[in-house]
Order: sequence, then structure tokens, then C-alpha cells
Amino acid sequence: MSLLEIRNLHARVGGREILKGIDLTIQPGEVHAIMGPNGSGKSTLAQVLSGRDLYEVTGGEVLFDGRNLLELSPEDRAREGIFLAFQYPVEIPGVSNLYFLKAALNTIRKHKGLPELDAMDFLGVVQEKMALMEMDESLLNRAVNTGFSGGEKKRNEIFQMAVLEPRFAILDETDSGLDIDALKIVANGVNSLRSPERSMLVVTHYQRLLNYIVPDFVHVLAEGRIVKSGDKNLALELEETGYAGLEEAEAFERA
Amino acid sequence: MTSVAEQPNPYLANFPAFAARISGQAWTQRLRESAIERFAELGFPTTRDEEWRFTNVAPIARAAFEPAAYTPHAITPEQLDRRLFADSSACRLVFVNGHFAAELSCAGKMPAGVRTGSLARVLAEQPALVEPHLARYAAFENHAFVALNTALWEDGGFVWVPKGVVVEAPIHLVFVSTGGAPPAVSHPRTLIVAERASQVTIVESYLGPGGEGYFTNPVTEISTGEGAIVDHYKLQREGDDAFHVGTVQAQLGRSANFTSHSISLGGALVRSDTNAVLSEGTEVTLNGFYLAAGRQHVDHHIAVDHAKPHGASHELYKGILDGKASAVFNGRILVRKDAQKTDAKQTNKNLVLSEDAVINTKPELQIYADDVRCTHGATIGQLDPEGIFYLQSRGIGKEEARDLLTYAFARDVIDRIRVEPLRERLEQVLFERLHDHRQ
Repeated sequence: MSLLEIRNLHARVGGREILKGIDLTIQPGEVHAIMGPNGSGKSTLAQVLSGRDLYEVTGGEVLFDGRNLLELSPEDRAREGIFLAFQYPVEIPGVSNLYFLKAALNTIRKHKGLPELDAMDFLGVVQEKMALMEMDESLLNRAVNTGFSGGEKKRNEIFQMAVLEPRFAILDETDSGLDIDALKIVANGVNSLRSPERSMLVVTHYQRLLNYIVPDFVHVLAEGRIVKSGDKNLALELEETGYAGLEEAEAFERA
Repeated sequence: MTSVAEQPNPYLANFPAFAARISGQAWTQRLRESAIERFAELGFPTTRDEEWRFTNVAPIARAAFEPAAYTPHAITPEQLDRRLFADSSACRLVFVNGHFAAELSCAGKMPAGVRTGSLARVLAEQPALVEPHLARYAAFENHAFVALNTALWEDGGFVWVPKGVVVEAPIHLVFVSTGGAPPAVSHPRTLIVAERASQVTIVESYLGPGGEGYFTNPVTEISTGEGAIVDHYKLQREGDDAFHVGTVQAQLGRSANFTSHSISLGGALVRSDTNAVLSEGTEVTLNGFYLAAGRQHVDHHIAVDHAKPHGASHELYKGILDGKASAVFNGRILVRKDAQKTDAKQTNKNLVLSEDAVINTKPELQIYADDVRCTHGATIGQLDPEGIFYLQSRGIGKEEARDLLTYAFARDVIDRIRVEPLRERLEQVLFERLHDHRQ
């Protein structure tokens, strides 16, 4: 059975339709990249899948492991194994990274019927993942994302993903604003989490990230629809022609 | 229509009998008389008074409170222990309805020379300790409630720490009201004197039963010598129908360090003033936290008087408002002409959880010196929906996410509480209140 199945998904925000019929099927272990120009609906798709109530789903369905995903609350989606790495991670002053992540992990473990981790066990899990992300342990005691640099925030997202071990991860423009060194660390973290059970949807504007996180499939989103799908070579092709060329081709095909 | 002023004022009517009954010195009797005269002139403030613009005390003025009587055995030590926040092993002075309750109090282990006890008793036994301080700091000329307290107080706490002595365990002053009909008023009066280079921590707790419309009108005066360190906590947990109007007035010596924490959780109508007068090089920290829901009204007025150079004042007040609650924050900073090199900072932050809650926040800076640093800022905000979604996206439930963010908002001001049992209980109460809120 496929892990995620999106059928004819329509969604709007503030009365404006953004997603105009998305179809996408992802099998366990696959990494799919979604590319597209600004405003094509990439981030909307990421947010809709994770349950942001700002967006109204007006049609279609999403099945996650055969279940209707759209009727689940954001927290229940997370507990079922969906993870969104935010394009703009939110600062939460007054809540330490450590407290936050322990609360999150234990909620998810409880949901899976696993025993909750105590502080010592949790620290063990966390230290290993921090080393993977080349993060300083002092970040644990700082408030969530508060005063973090852009790169630290993005690394913190992947670090959380490493700790929470989701079945399906959505990376929303995780590469934006990263220098090449930080990009390599992030990509390395993501690649180490690839497994035959875990699938990923990598949303990006630039092909550069896909040199480091090599996708199984690439889809091009334009004006709320997937207009083209292919393998990793599609990303390289886009790098050459740009989105403008693609949109012209699309218009030509539709005409 | 009869106005309040035309009705017979029970405070004035009862004063002669009270003055005849209460024991004291000739000078305290004169003080009481001049205070009641001043109260007669002032009357209760109305919302036309700038200082009371957002706090309508008409329900207090209207009510015919009886003077609160001492009711021994109204509360057992066990009942008290369950309701108190601070560590019970510290020295504790308990006042029931404004009267000293020796059987509920314990002296604790105090360093030699420290004097603690009932102000009325110390006034009778050693008036020379009291006279140089009582009513010298908390001016009643322009404050009707301070005038009432000065005229009508029966007892309250007395703490005297001699030169160079450090009292490590907090001294806990507990003011319990027992309620009952008819509604009663008490006017606890506390005097804290910390001599040169001494150090002391005082916790004042106010508590009483819910569903009772009693009134507590306390005044606390604090006087510190040069280099003294005083950490003062006022924990207001009156019953939900109670009235509380209180003043803490601190007169601070050269290079003294004074920290005040005013925590307001209870009461229906609450006004809490904290005023500090600084000397050269004095450092003052005023922290405040208020949590109000239902129809509670909580008004904090703080005033810092930088009278001399090189003083510093740091003010952080935070409030959480829910339901139809309302709150006032008024922060006055006066920097006099001679107070060069003053460093004053004021911050007031409010978290409004409901559509109907109201906050009025007002900085009041009067600066007459030219080489000073004064900053102030006020914010009023709601819980950040992005933050709630972020927590949800990691598996944390929506209600828990809201609680976590609310708690996080208050955290820095609660973290500043140095009396550990008090801080822990306060964290617990905050979580419980948040939990109740969503039941």
C-alpha cells in the first residue's frame, strides 16, 4: 500500500484557490521533490498536509497509510508520523528546546504505545542526534528557536525530525537561506534518516539542494497543479530552462 | 438621588469609639486623628481622580464594612499550612482579621538582635523602635486608603534587623481573613526596618475564603539603612469576592538593594501600590505578576522616586487576563533634578486570552535631570497562532500548546522569585489555573 495518496486536492486561503487539483502518490521509502516558482502552491501543499487551519480544503482527499488524513488534527497527524520541517521555524520564548522536544517525543511514544523516556534516556537520544547535526548542546537549554540564526533554525528542524523519527517528512524550503556548509550538514542529516519505511517530500525552489538530497521523483508545480513529473534529471533540466520556459511549454500543450 | 458623600460615613462615625478603645501612645493617637481628618476631607476617590481613573472603588465606598473581629480558632494550623505557599519552617507571623494570632505563629530561629512580632505589642513595649518610622514614609495626605489604614490599624507585622545582620530564612507575614457576615474590613499595618548592611527576605501573604465580600486594606512601610538588602514578596490570594487595596512604601538608604515582587492572583477588586524612594546609588527591582479571570479587576500602581544620583530601577510587570477580567498598570518614574546618572527601565507585558478582557497600561515618566537613561515599554498581545501550530505539528495537543505558551509568557517573571517553595507553588497554581480554565 502506498504511504501517502493525494487525490485531486483543492485548497484555498482567504477565498483564493491555491491548490487546483493535486494528484500524488508516494510509496514507503521514496523521496519526492516538489519544485516550482514562487506562488505555485508548494508551501500551501506542505501546510495543508500538516493540518494548518489557515487553509481550507475544498475538494479531493488525502490518504495516509490508507486513512483519511484530512480529518485528523495537526497533533494527531504528528503522532501518526507526519513531520513538517518549517520554512520559517517559529520562535517560542520561555520554552526550552529540551522541554519542548521531550514533551513532543513522549507524546508520540505514548501514542505508539511505547513507554515514555525519562530525562536520562532522553538525553542519550538527543546527544547522538545533536552530534549528527553538528549542533552545540547548549542549544538544548535555550528557548525554542529564540535568537537562533537562520542556519541554526533549519538545523534544529532536522534535528527534531531525527529525534521524532517520523514516517513521512515534509521539508518546506529547508535549503532557503543556507550557505553551502550548512546545506551539506542539513542534507547529511536528512540522508541519514532515509530508510525503506520513511518517505519524504522535499519542497524547494532551487535544484541545488537536490544535488545533496537525491530524489527518486521530481514534480513541477505551477499554478496549483503538478504540470510535469520525472526523475532527478527533471530538476537539472529545470535548472537549464527555468520555470518560465516550462510554463510556456505547459501553455502550449494545453492550447 | 443621594450621593455617597451625603450618606453617614461609617468610618467617621465609628472612629471616636475606636480611638477610645485602642491603646497606644499619645503620638499615635494624634496620628490616628489627623489621618481620619484627612480621610474625611479626601473621601473615597472616584474615577475622576487621575490616579483612580480605571479603578472604580464605589463598591468599597458603598459597602458598610464592620471592623473585623479577632476570631480565635477560626482557622487551625493545619488549615493554614495547606493554604500557605512559603516554606513553613521559616519564621511566621500570622494575623487573623488583622489581629495577631500568637498560637498560629512561630518565631523560628532568628539571629541575635533581630526583632519580629506584632507591631501593636512592640509599640506598647518599645515605642522608641516604632516612632522614628511609623507613618513617616507612607504619606496619607493624598491617599484615602492609606489615611484610613493609618487611622484604623489595629496590628500587623514588625520586623527589625540590626546593623550587619543577615537573616537567611524568609520571614513570612500571613494575613488571613475569615469572612462571615456582615462583611468586615481589616487594616493591617506592617513596619520593616533593615539597618545598615543587613539583609532580610519578607513574604507577605494575603488570603481569605471565596464567596465573601470582605475588605483588606493593608499598608507596609519598609525602611532600609545604607547598603541593606531587602527582598520583599507580596502574594495576594484573597477570596474571589474580596476587596483588597494595599500600599507598600519603601524608603531606601544609600547603596541599598531593594527587590519587590507583587503577585496578584485573587480578589474581585484589587489595587496594589508599590512605591520606592531611592538614595544615592540605590538599586531597586520591582517585579510583578497578575493573573485575572472572570470579572476580576487588578490595578498595580508603581512609583519610583529617583531622588539622588546613580540610582537604578528595573521594573518588569507581566499579566495574564482571561474572561471579562480587567487590569491596570501604571508605572511612574520620577527622576529629580539632582538624580544624575539614573538608570531606569520599565517593562509591562500583557497576555490577553479572551475577547472581553481589558488592560490599561500607562507609563508616567517625569525626568528633571539631564544625564540619565530611562526606557519604558508596554505590550499587549495574544497567544501566537503560529507558535500553537508549531507545537501541534510536533504532536503536542492544542490545549497543552496554549497552556505551554501561556506559562512560557509568565516564566521569566516567575523565575525571578528567589524563595524556592514560593516559586514552585506558584508554578503549580499557574498550571492548575490554566487547567481549570479549559474545563
